[in-house]
Amino acid sequence: MPATAEAAAMGQRGIPPRVARRAWTVPALSAVLLVAVVTSSSVGSVPISLAEIGALLLQRLGLATASAAVDTHAEILFAIRLPRVMLGVLVGAGLGLSGASMQGIFRNPLVDPGLLGISTGAALGAVASIVLGGKLAHGIPPALAPYVLPAAAFAGALVAMMAVERIARVGGRMVVATLLLAGIAVNALASALTGLLIYVSNDAQLRTITFWSLGSLGGATSRTVVATAVFLGIPLLLLVRYGGALNALLLGEAEAGHLGVDVERTKRTMIVLVALIVGAAVAVSGVLGFVGLVVPHLLRLAVGPDHRQLLAGSALLGASLLLGADAVARTLVSPAELPLGIVTAALGTPFFLALLLRERRRLA
Amino acid sequence: MRVRSLHMFLALLAVAVAVLSACDRAPVKPREDTPAEARIVSVGSAVTETLFALGAGDAVVGVDTSSLFPDAATKLPKVGYQRTLAAEGILSLRPTLVLVSDEAGPPAVLEQLRSAGVRLEIVGAELTVDGVKARVHRIAEVVGRDPSKVLAELDADLTRARVEREKSTTHPKALVLYARGGGTLQVFGRNTTAETMVRLAGGENAVTGFDGTKPLTPEALAAAAPDVIVIPSRGLESLGGVDALLKVPGVATTPAGKTKRIVPIDDLLLLGFGPRTGKAALELGAKLRADGEGK
Repeated sequence: MPATAEAAAMGQRGIPPRVARRAWTVPALSAVLLVAVVTSSSVGSVPISLAEIGALLLQRLGLATASAAVDTHAEILFAIRLPRVMLGVLVGAGLGLSGASMQGIFRNPLVDPGLLGISTGAALGAVASIVLGGKLAHGIPPALAPYVLPAAAFAGALVAMMAVERIARVGGRMVVATLLLAGIAVNALASALTGLLIYVSNDAQLRTITFWSLGSLGGATSRTVVATAVFLGIPLLLLVRYGGALNALLLGEAEAGHLGVDVERTKRTMIVLVALIVGAAVAVSGVLGFVGLVVPHLLRLAVGPDHRQLLAGSALLGASLLLGADAVARTLVSPAELPLGIVTAALGTPFFLALLLRERRRLA
Repeated sequence: MRVRSLHMFLALLAVAVAVLSACDRAPVKPREDTPAEARIVSVGSAVTETLFALGAGDAVVGVDTSSLFPDAATKLPKVGYQRTLAAEGILSLRPTLVLVSDEAGPPAVLEQLRSAGVRLEIVGAELTVDGVKARVHRIAEVVGRDPSKVLAELDADLTRARVEREKSTTHPKALVLYARGGGTLQVFGRNTTAETMVRLAGGENAVTGFDGTKPLTPEALAAAAPDVIVIPSRGLESLGGVDALLKVPGVATTPAGKTKRIVPIDDLLLLGFGPRTGKAALELGAKLRADGEGK
């Protein structure tokens, strides 16, 4: 029986539920993200009602003049809340998507974006700027001070990525196993150097390092969002289109080659894109665990392993989850704030475990 | 499918950039006028202590987690650790003035506060006697108070400490420890706040081998051979009291350990460099000499 006829016959008998869900993945998750964006724009230490947000937005865009809003609310919304929500969308989408991509390239669901040493490299850059920044920063104008750490972190990520990529390339081919080991080596070296910097740091620097490494979206300003949109947003848009190639790679590298995928080029480009995304994400928000590893899993459990849905879906779900976690982080101990990394791990893990146990029972 | 998600991201980004660039063009003027009711968020223990000493304590509506003195300050809402402030939390207290030490951060949050139109004043965090005086002057100016009483008291205490110091025949070698729970003991070396305080109190720093703070080792303890061990009281508590400190390897064999001369002193009094610095020098001096001259 020809393949199309078989598919048609199956369609009549009833499509498996995971397949049926696929068509709805991206629209449904887009709707979830929209709700997350609107909700998290409204909650915080200073709650701002949805009606007020609408009025303020119209006013800012010049479509309305009068406003019943409390005066400080406009400033909080535009200077702090919206940049933070935008940054959360970008970082969450970036982490979810890089996680899904890495798991696809390595054909291993235990891989997360941290594995290539990119986050550790970024952390090394950030810690270096915290510990050595005071001595080196005298020539830097105060206006640029907020950008020293992100720039250093991003540079650290790129150096780590280049080192890993160079080590893993043998005669024009990138061997996935070597890539993994190179990542482990770079991870270890960067951790050692970070440890050395921690050793020479003073008490105040040490606390800054600790809190930075727990992650936060609190530093979002309009400028960081624009910079992140460029350094993270563009690679994100390029990476989300690799679903078809990853599906082919699931069959094996040789098979993917026969299907017409330029395997080496695909792997190399994807890894560079992942490095750009993770580097930018760590630079602006610190190390946020859980999202990159678990979001693709959640989605795979729901809609199956088709990367065409998985990549875009992981980006959307990652963004929604990070926004939700950040809303909790900034309201739970208000007027102070919990580090975001704690919230993502503490809220995400039980949820993930519950889902895993349920699915395990179903599969058994 | 992927084309649709692509479009969605593009649209999102476009909206973000449009809204944000609109925000950028509308700078908010800081409110410089002093309203009838001042509401101050104070960040940094020395800043908070100085505000209260100047009599501006009633206007303080929020402090950071390091502001543990006076007691009234500890009952106020906490805006978090001074290096990881959150702009929204601070703004939710509706401050008319945010007064922070120059250790406060992260820089991006300070920028957010400025762009939200709050008056933000940064006070030097220099940990010296001159730094204390400069801080009192500066904060008094910012909140419109008269600094002379606080400064006069500070000077009187410092003068008394100097007189005591010059009168005394002994200059005990003190080793200052910093403890945060067992296993994380740090020693203050040269050019540290602790050294400044020990000198003001008429002692000498027993540690001369390195600058800054380093983890405590039994060898370093033996080399320093301190007559007295000074330890912030909260640190001593976290360690489990004097007996636990004497059990730390190397401590018992030092002169201080043999004679059990362990001097606990309030953390912020010793290392805070607030307006109580003169009193701290007097108290530490008395404690350093008390046991020593009795033997």
